[in-house]
Amino acid sequence: MKFLEHAGQYFVLLSKVFAKPEKYILYYRQTIREVEKLGINSFGIVVIISIFVGAVITIQTNYNLENPLLPRYLVGVTVRDSLLLEFSSTMVALILAGKVGSSIASEIGTMRVSEQIDALEIMGVNAASYLILPKIVAAVFFFPILSLLSMFVGIFGGYLTCLLTDILSPSDYIYGIQYIFYPHYIGYSVTKVVFYSFIIVTMSAYQGYYAQGGALEVGRSSTKAVVYSSILVLLANLILTKLILS
Amino acid sequence: MIEVKNLTKKFDDKIVLDDVSVIFEQGKTNLIIGQSGSGKTVLLKSIVGLHSVDKGEIWYGNRQYNALNFKQKKEIRKEIGMLFQGAALFDSSTVEENVMLPLDMFTDLSFSDKLDRVNFCLARVNLTNVNSLYPSELSGGMKKRVAIARAIALNPKFLFCDEPNSGLDPQTGIVIDNLIKNITEEFNITTIVNTHDMNSVMEIGDKVVFIYEGKKIWEGSNNDILNTDCKELNDFVFATNLAKKLRI
Repeated sequence: MKFLEHAGQYFVLLSKVFAKPEKYILYYRQTIREVEKLGINSFGIVVIISIFVGAVITIQTNYNLENPLLPRYLVGVTVRDSLLLEFSSTMVALILAGKVGSSIASEIGTMRVSEQIDALEIMGVNAASYLILPKIVAAVFFFPILSLLSMFVGIFGGYLTCLLTDILSPSDYIYGIQYIFYPHYIGYSVTKVVFYSFIIVTMSAYQGYYAQGGALEVGRSSTKAVVYSSILVLLANLILTKLILS
Repeated sequence: MIEVKNLTKKFDDKIVLDDVSVIFEQGKTNLIIGQSGSGKTVLLKSIVGLHSVDKGEIWYGNRQYNALNFKQKKEIRKEIGMLFQGAALFDSSTVEENVMLPLDMFTDLSFSDKLDRVNFCLARVNLTNVNSLYPSELSGGMKKRVAIARAIALNPKFLFCDEPNSGLDPQTGIVIDNLIKNITEEFNITTIVNTHDMNSVMEIGDKVVFIYEGKKIWEGSNNDILNTDCKELNDFVFATNLAKKLRI
């Protein structure tokens, strides 16, 4: 029963979010700000995590491919496919659910409990649309770029590992990452990220928008935002993988 | 003028406002007073439409607000300015951006005209050279004044103030009170102030409505309030030892 109530409230919020904007220019300005806040400010964490994960996958795959009958370049193939198919979309989305999701929920939740959202409503502004729509547009546009960045940096991380250690020759690695490359893996990954972006922003905004009380409740809404966004991202991953790759 | 007729509001089974009827007059500072938890904030938020009501009517002039659809309500909201208890300024925007937001949203003025209007409103509340400051850089009194400037940016016909003095020292509180009263008279707007501060009542209460346990049990002016027979109101007004001694 509670689930249905929340689902209903979530879709009511979405209907408000996608109402016609009062002034397009203001929404455009807000979107640019959100691109910086949600996207550009996440560059660092995505780069750091991707480079280390690329390096670790290289070491682990090499460790598991000790059979002399298996060609060494398979390490490169495995790193590439792991990053393209799963890490740079789903794992990066889970990281962003933690960073961006909690930030959105706490920002909107604080605006709710400090009556800033009421102030917008009193002015006659559609607060849901003004606050949430630019975040959705910014995330749907920019998170795929972060995902592509993660692919490149992760593969580069694997290359650096080969360069700095003697586990695999860089030429084998380069050959591996070029071996039987399916370009549609990138399309598949980016498509997933577009859906994930929508889920992360709307679920986090929903948790913040209906926060009630004080700092404690804002904190709770922030935690819920991360937990529910992550679960929905994983569920969407399953559905989209089944739909796209089957 | 704003008229409330037989307003009832419940939260679950608890009746918070019980059959409240009152007229708030234009060009006057109308005060809603009462103890904490008496229902005065719910009354104010019901009048502006932040709470839906279970029974009763709310009239803005000749328009019944709670019978209008979303779009029509939005038009009335453009005529409303509101000062919230905590000022409710947008933290990530400067003072200038805060005051300019309603102008950005609902006017087609050029940037320089909007800036002139922002500076006029800020000057009206005695603030200068604060345009580029953020709310976190302002004192409590300054935040309230910026919030008043934002509230009057679109020349509202109705001004609502929820506990404008809360968190302020008595002197700053009186400055804010007088500002509200002067703006009300200057622009001939209908102002409703929600307060439990007796300084405000005596300073600016053209019309005072006393809410007790969700019911309106007294109304009059600040001159009448000291000579009333209403026991609950006397208990509220003369709650402090100082007030009791002064009364004797």
